[in-house]
Amino acid sequence: MKNLLSIADLSKSEAISILDTATELARVSDGAVKKLPTLRGRTIVNLFAEDSTRTRISFEAAAKRLSADVINFSAKGSSLSKGESLKDTAMTLQAMGADAVVIRHPASGAAQRLADSQWMSGSVINAGDGTHEHPSQALLDAFTIRKHLGMGGGDLTGLSVAIVGDILHSRVARSNVLLLSMLGAKITLVAPPTLLPVGIFNWPATVSYDFDSVIPHVDVVMMLRVQQERMSDLFFPNTREYSRYFGLNAERTACMKSGAIVMHPGPMNRGLEISAEVADSARSVITEQVTNGVSVRMAILYVLLAGGALEVGSN
Amino acid sequence: MAMADYLIKGVSLPDGKKTEISIANGLIATVSSEFKGEANIVIDAQECVVLPGLVDLHTHLREPGREDAETVLSGSSAGVKGGFTAVSAMANTSPVADTAGVVEQVYRLGQAAGLLDVFPIGAVTQGLNGEALSEIGAMADSVARVRVFSDDGNCVSDPLVMRRALEYIKKFGGVIAQHAQDPRMTIGSQMNEGEISARLGLKGWPAVAEEAIIARDVLLADHVKSRLHICHLTTAGGVEIIRWAKARGIDVTAEVTPHHLLLTDDLASSYDPVYKVNPPLRTESDVHALREALADGTIDIVATDHAPHPTESKECEWQEAAFGMLGLETALSIVQKTMVDTGLMNWLQVADRMSIKPAQIGGYENHGQPLVVGSVANLVVINPTQKWTVDRDLVLSKSTNTPYHGHELPGVITHTFFKGKATFSNGNVFSAEGKK
Repeated sequence: MKNLLSIADLSKSEAISILDTATELARVSDGAVKKLPTLRGRTIVNLFAEDSTRTRISFEAAAKRLSADVINFSAKGSSLSKGESLKDTAMTLQAMGADAVVIRHPASGAAQRLADSQWMSGSVINAGDGTHEHPSQALLDAFTIRKHLGMGGGDLTGLSVAIVGDILHSRVARSNVLLLSMLGAKITLVAPPTLLPVGIFNWPATVSYDFDSVIPHVDVVMMLRVQQERMSDLFFPNTREYSRYFGLNAERTACMKSGAIVMHPGPMNRGLEISAEVADSARSVITEQVTNGVSVRMAILYVLLAGGALEVGSN
Repeated sequence: MAMADYLIKGVSLPDGKKTEISIANGLIATVSSEFKGEANIVIDAQECVVLPGLVDLHTHLREPGREDAETVLSGSSAGVKGGFTAVSAMANTSPVADTAGVVEQVYRLGQAAGLLDVFPIGAVTQGLNGEALSEIGAMADSVARVRVFSDDGNCVSDPLVMRRALEYIKKFGGVIAQHAQDPRMTIGSQMNEGEISARLGLKGWPAVAEEAIIARDVLLADHVKSRLHICHLTTAGGVEIIRWAKARGIDVTAEVTPHHLLLTDDLASSYDPVYKVNPPLRTESDVHALREALADGTIDIVATDHAPHPTESKECEWQEAAFGMLGLETALSIVQKTMVDTGLMNWLQVADRMSIKPAQIGGYENHGQPLVVGSVANLVVINPTQKWTVDRDLVLSKSTNTPYHGHELPGVITHTFFKGKATFSNGNVFSAEGKK
């Protein structure tokens, strides 16, 4: 495996081996010395053409714990904001000897364009491309679900997951639908009809417009961020009405199965798609998702750059 | 008998009949298997079919304004290589072709290139802004004698503006060529809205945004009894509306591009913007509906929507890239592949859809004429038994954005004749001044 562009490029065994590698690497992170020498002398560029805090920091921490050299390249104040093309940026990074590029970009398909082009030869890791995919987020979500609800490693067979909110514009939803269904989970997408893609009929998921009828039956409720500007694009009448039908509040949380968890990829709009009390409740694993993100991204870098998964139980 | 300039031997007419055609003084001199006399140049055209020179009703020549992408001369060269003897220069240049001055400039550039007739299309509205009518009458009365008006690239979306334009052109027998795209339904749209756009996370361009405008405009054309042409039809639903309108006797014609007869939206999965085009590539079932409609005459013509773009406009992210693909040099081969080799049409129908009908719609004299003695010798000779491989580095267009790079296509054009002179012969383009 050279690149990670889409969950669709992963086989089930490859996905599971990334999760298993992350489990092993998490043990390192828990230890006194958090660093492994694996990627010493390798250069990883974080190419962030779109603002992001948590994903960039998470990839940076992951790379540093594997002893790689990290260069951060962000939209603001860089040549990207001066209108430099993706091609020229890529060729610049190639000339500087980047072994891998972690790319966040507002254009769907930007990571694939980079990987398919002759502009650079290193690995490409998609850290979120437009409204297409965010594979490392899905992997950390699967990791988190498995840790809480999994039957001792392996896949997610038997679990039910509701993904709630703006499916149409969500790269997190696209990657999670592909990954969680591949791992055996049953997925229900909950959203107003305006925020579901027209061509969704063959996705491995069922669709519901009624959050209340779904919530008592699922093991995981994954809330998605709702952009305020969707209101002016006529996707829903106003944020209050959105909250009323599709927000996760204390009353809805009370109907959840015992042991069921609440997830959110962040950043949250407290009071819109999720109430503050739910975000901070015992069911919420939202900050743990962030912690797990570092281990999972270490595993991704490990598998792509160190040439294979870590044996379970090794040091 | 006088000396002929050319004798085309052993060629098949569109109906399949073998004959010999001689050309003299710019005209077809004889059509007979018993040519007696001498010819300067004898062309052995065994296995070949002769058609009236192709006529494109939808060509972006980019001049004036974007001479880095195409010029009237380079577009003319690409045209004759593709078998065309007439092209229609779309109005979305810079400045926009919305005055007599600009259309006359384009017309004269075409005359100066001398490879084929360049018929300028006039903008419907000033600056293509969709609000105020451009100087339609002045363009019609100009040297360029404009009869086709289009805001192509933009839709004439205001129903009142469209109604007035349709009415106004009746004064001189013009036609409005509508780019049917509801602008509100397609803000930021990137590709066909459906299964593939849902997966790729690219903003959808729904079929209904095309169909709603077609439906409105056939009703408007009926109401004011004027002539409407629908550019680049792409949807099965649009076909049904045109079929209905024609059955009601509404004066509407429609075109389909070669690429919409062959390519589908799943090609966007590569995120390679060479497949980004407006209107977008649709689904397999749309492609089938378009082929059937072209065969049964519901769709009247094939038009290329030849849209050259410089490299940097395509060598980028999909959503940053320009819409459009080259079409002139591959059009006849794609039509052979999708319509003739599939048994849906014969060469008589190809001549009708690619020459006779487009010339009629545009009112282009001396084009789309029957292959009989005395017709102006605007001809194309194609060998349908041979194949060729498209190489973007060998196109005659100034741009390289062909979606067929590396594709092997049927049908090798051997000669194009414009007013009795070979403008294209066995791979070479000839202008009045000689070989290019």
